[in-house]
Amino acid sequence: MNYIVNIGKYFQMLGQVFSKPERFKVYYTRTMNEIVTIGVNSLAIVAILSVFMGAVIALQTASNMDSPLLPKYTIGYITRSSTILEFSPTIISLILAGKVGSNIASEIGTMRVTEQIDALEIMGVNSRSFLILPKIVAAMSFFPFLIIISMGLSLLGGYASVVYSGLSSHEEFVFGIRSFFKTSDIVYALVKTVCFAFIIVSVSSYFGYFTKGGALDVGKSSTQAVVWSSIVILLANFVLTQLILL
Amino acid sequence: MIEVKNVNKSFGENHVLHDFNAKFEAGQVNLIIGQSGQGKSVLAKCIVGLLEVDSGSVLYDGRDFSQMNRKERKEIRKEIGMLFQGSALFDSLTVEENIMFPLKMFTKQSKKEMQKRADFCLERVNLSGRNKLLPAECSGGMKKRIAIARAISMNPKYLFCDEPNSGLDPSTSIVIDNLIKEITYEYDINTVVITHDMNSVIEVGDHIVFIHTGRNWWSGTKEEIIKTDNKEINDFVYASSFMKELKEKLIS
Repeated sequence: MNYIVNIGKYFQMLGQVFSKPERFKVYYTRTMNEIVTIGVNSLAIVAILSVFMGAVIALQTASNMDSPLLPKYTIGYITRSSTILEFSPTIISLILAGKVGSNIASEIGTMRVTEQIDALEIMGVNSRSFLILPKIVAAMSFFPFLIIISMGLSLLGGYASVVYSGLSSHEEFVFGIRSFFKTSDIVYALVKTVCFAFIIVSVSSYFGYFTKGGALDVGKSSTQAVVWSSIVILLANFVLTQLILL
Repeated sequence: MIEVKNVNKSFGENHVLHDFNAKFEAGQVNLIIGQSGQGKSVLAKCIVGLLEVDSGSVLYDGRDFSQMNRKERKEIRKEIGMLFQGSALFDSLTVEENIMFPLKMFTKQSKKEMQKRADFCLERVNLSGRNKLLPAECSGGMKKRIAIARAISMNPKYLFCDEPNSGLDPSTSIVIDNLIKEITYEYDINTVVITHDMNSVIEVGDHIVFIHTGRNWWSGTKEEIIKTDNKEINDFVYASSFMKELKEKLIS
């Protein structure tokens, strides 16, 4: 019963998030700031994770290629396919759910318990839209760039790990990366990313916005935000894969 | 004038406000006093619309706030300033940006005009030159004064103050009380203060409403509250032996 109530409240909240902004200029400035906070500031963690993720995928592929019938370019091919289709959009989004989601829930939750949200409402500001809409727009517009960078760095990591360790040659790896390439795979990955961005921000904002109590409850909201964002991302990943790929 | 008519508010089985009636006139400091858990904050939240009333109405100069839609309420809210218990300043904004915030959202003033207004409001609360500080760099008393400056930046017709003295030392409390009183008289604002600080009652209370068990138990002036025989008020106001002695001296 509680789940149904929460889902209902979540959609009611979204209804007010997507209402006409009071002052477009203020929202624009907030969106730009959010791009820096939740997007640009995530570049370092995304870069580090992507390089090592790509390196491990390539090494594991190489170590499992026992059959001499399998061509060497398979390493590059599998690294590219796994990175573009799954690892970059999904795993990086799950990491971002942890980093960005907890940040959003604790920021909005703290504003709730310190009456800052009440102050906005008293002034006549639509607090849901003012606080959440710029974050949604920022994440949905910047996360695709993060994922594209992640894809590139993953392939670079994979290349470095297998080429410099002698498990594959430069030509074979690059040939593998270029083999059977479909542009629709990139489109699929970016569509997933945009959906995941929306899920991360909206779910985390929901838990932050409806925080009740004090500092301890802000912490609880933050944890719930990460857990539920991750669960919804995995469910959405399954549904989107069914819808787009099959 | 703000009129509260037959307001009822419950939270599940807990009936907090019972047919509450009160009138708050403009140009005076109206106090809502009462023990903790008697419904002061719930009443204030019902008046400003942070909580919906179950029945009854809240009228701002004859305009029924409880019957209004979101858009109509928004217009009334532009006439309301509120000072929160914890100040509720926006952490990420400087003092000046906090004061300019409502102006940015609801007026078409240029940046220069907004800065001029912020300077004026800061000067009014004796904080000139503190424009660039962040709330985290300010003391409790300063935060309250900045919150007052933000509340008056839009020239409000109604000012609500929720426990303005909580967490402040006695001398800073008097500064805040006097500031609220001066601003109320100067701009003819309808000020409603929720407090259980008896100093405030004596210092600034023009009209006092005593709330008990969610009802308007008693209302009158500060002179009347000193002389009243009402048991519940005496138990609340003169809880300490010091206050009891003070009352005897005042009456004699």
